[in-house]
Order: sequence, then structure tokens, then C-alpha cells
Amino acid sequence: MKLAAILGLFALSFLAASCRAQEGPYFVTYSHDLEEPDNLEIAFKTAQGTPKDGNFFTGTTLELEYGLKGWWTTEFYLSGQHTSNDSTIFTGFRWENRFRPLLHDHFINPVLYFEYENLNHADRSFLEVVGHDGISDLRLSNAQGRSETERSLEMKLILSSNAKGWNISENFIAEKALNESEPWEFGYALGVNRPLALAASGRRCVFCRENFAAGAELYGGLGDLDGFGLRATSHYAGPALAFNIPRGPTISFSPNFGLNANSVGVIYRIKLSYELQQISGWFRRGTR
Amino acid sequence: MKIRRPGFVVGMMLCAVLFSGAVDNSWLERVPEADRNRTNPFAGQAEAISAGAKLFDDHCAKCHGADALGRGKRPSLRSPVVQQAADGQLFWFLRNGNLRRGMPSWSSLPEPSRWQIIAYLKSLGEQPNTGANSPP
Repeated sequence: MKLAAILGLFALSFLAASCRAQEGPYFVTYSHDLEEPDNLEIAFKTAQGTPKDGNFFTGTTLELEYGLKGWWTTEFYLSGQHTSNDSTIFTGFRWENRFRPLLHDHFINPVLYFEYENLNHADRSFLEVVGHDGISDLRLSNAQGRSETERSLEMKLILSSNAKGWNISENFIAEKALNESEPWEFGYALGVNRPLALAASGRRCVFCRENFAAGAELYGGLGDLDGFGLRATSHYAGPALAFNIPRGPTISFSPNFGLNANSVGVIYRIKLSYELQQISGWFRRGTR
Repeated sequence: MKIRRPGFVVGMMLCAVLFSGAVDNSWLERVPEADRNRTNPFAGQAEAISAGAKLFDDHCAKCHGADALGRGKRPSLRSPVVQQAADGQLFWFLRNGNLRRGMPSWSSLPEPSRWQIIAYLKSLGEQPNTGANSPP
């Protein structure tokens, strides 16, 4: 019921707006693109999969991303999940901030990322993989998972380059649980993408190549301070496609394939996002 | 709270105002020579201008107005400063933005698309005295 209400609000926001989003196809990786000042992006993401010897799950996340400054973007997330033969539950929230320390564009552009997470162990949003995250976490029942809530601080160093239409991004992740005596956990995400056409066509068109971007992502855990490395964690890779509908939302799709026995076989991801431009003007003038 | 050195405070405020005024056009001087000399491969091409109009409508019009004459504090792009700037200077500015003053970087837009926007902007021509005061 709560999920339906969230979806309803999301649909209403589409009807109420008349602007478009311009999005790359990444689901996990961040590039150095920040939200334009005073723009609000609303996004709805899902991650679906069936772990071996586990139940089919759908993790859902609602994202609200706002450009506070040209160099500062803040984002709030609400997450929930549904597991077959189990239940549908709310799993927690995240609040992230991204900063560009260098104000000019360079060959490699760093972005500093800080996030506070308050999530229970039943979370299935797959917005990152850190530490020894693996398939055993996904076999917990929702009752077991929601009984423990982890409050953690997550930091990322985002490095990103644009060249000849390509974007190449590398993210290095460090996460520390604040209410549990776990060591620092680490992870990574790499992404590459490119629009299918670099120059725009002179007419309005829905299925022009310029409205599509294709790429690939690779992400996974790197263990923790007590056991750093690629083993005993999970890794995923897959192609990603984004379709920027002119004057409409952006729809992205990506199948992520598990690369080791500790990963889910395939996670199917879908993202629907929409950008509302210059929203403070709506309130000042009482109109869009 | 008592201000002990009002002259110093007023002086600092004056400096801040003067400095912010000086910053308005400073981006023009920051453009490296090599970037300034770049030429627009789409300059004057009708197809590129209409593509640029579409891109402008999607990405720029909400802040700078559909007529590019500026909105509120958002500057006109038909001011003499912008219209007389070299294409290479505008291209550099689109790539870097002015993050401190609210102009985002558009480096994620492919280069040809950015040149198309500049071709469109230059096709609009100057329209001074529009109330739009400063360059982006």
C-alpha cells in the first residue's frame, strides 16, 4: 500500500512537470556530473534477482536528488523490498552529499562523496557492494534482516573523465558501521558509457540515436580491513542502456551478471527518472 | 554585539562588492589561448543551428529564458559580452561552467552538441539593454 502511494506521487510529479532529464545509464557508478543548481531529480530504481537457494526479491529505491550549488549535490533515498514467499518491508534511508573540490573541468575530475545510511539487513537496493557482501546475506528472511539496523558512514572517491563522447568513471568506496564493531569495508565500481550519437539532429524525434546512451558497469566488494581483496565477496558486471525520452523521463535498464559463486546469477535493474528544473521558482511565483 | 572597527568592516564589504563586480567578466580572460582559438565546425550551418535550438530548449532555456534574454539573476546570452566572445571562449565556458556562481559544467554533453548550441546562440544576435546585465 505504501509502495503504491509512493508510485502514485511519482506518477503525479510526471504529470505536473514539463521538463526532461538527461541521464547516463549508470546504476551503481557515479560520474562527476552533479545535479544542476536548483534542479530536482526524482528517480525510482528496482533491482530484481533470485539468489541460489533463496527467494526472488525486488529491491526498490526512491531517490530525490537536488542541486544545492554548482559544486554540491545532495540526495535522499528511501528503500524497501519485496521477497516472494515472505513479505514487503521498508528497509531504511540514505542521505548523501557529493562535492566537486576542483571547480574547473580536468582530464580526471574528482568528486568527494559522503553518505549516512540507516538500513536494516534486509535491504536489497544494491546501490553498492562493500566488504564481504554476498549471497548468504540474501538468504535471510525479512524478519531476521529487519531485526538489525546498521547505521553507517559511507565515503567514495569518484574519479571521472569525459573524452570524445565517452565517460569513464571509477569509484572507490569505504564504509564504516557506526553502531557495530565491524572494521572498515571497501568496494569499487567502474563504468563506461557513450551516447549513441554525439551531434543532435535538427528535428524533434523520440527514437533518434542521440536520445540513447549505452555502456557497461563492473562493481563489487574489496573485503575489509581484516581481509582486503577480491575474495569472499560478490562482483557483478553488465551492459547498461538509457533512453532519454524528449520532454519526458529517462528509462534505464541493465542486467548485472554475478561473476562468482558468491553473487546472484543475474540482477535485473530498471530505473525511471525525471528532472524538475529550477524548482524554487515554482514556489516564488506560485507557478511553474 | 559592538563593532569596534566599523571602518574596517565597511572597507571589507566595499572590497567584496568590487571584487564580485570584477569577477563578472573574468571568465573571458581565463580562457587559455589554445581554447580561445578553436573554431566552431558547425558555425552558420542551418541544420546545426536548428539542432542547437533544440538543445538550448532542453538544457538552457529554463534558466536563461526561451528567448535567451536572461531571467532574474540569470544573464542574457544575447548581451554584447556573449555575442562578441569567440566561439572557442564560449566552448571553454560550456565545458567548465562557473560552479561558484551557479553555471553548471556541460562537459557531459558531447562536444558536437556543445558546438551546435554555440552556433544557435550566435545566430540569435545581440540584443542589448534587455535588463540582463552580466555575462554568465
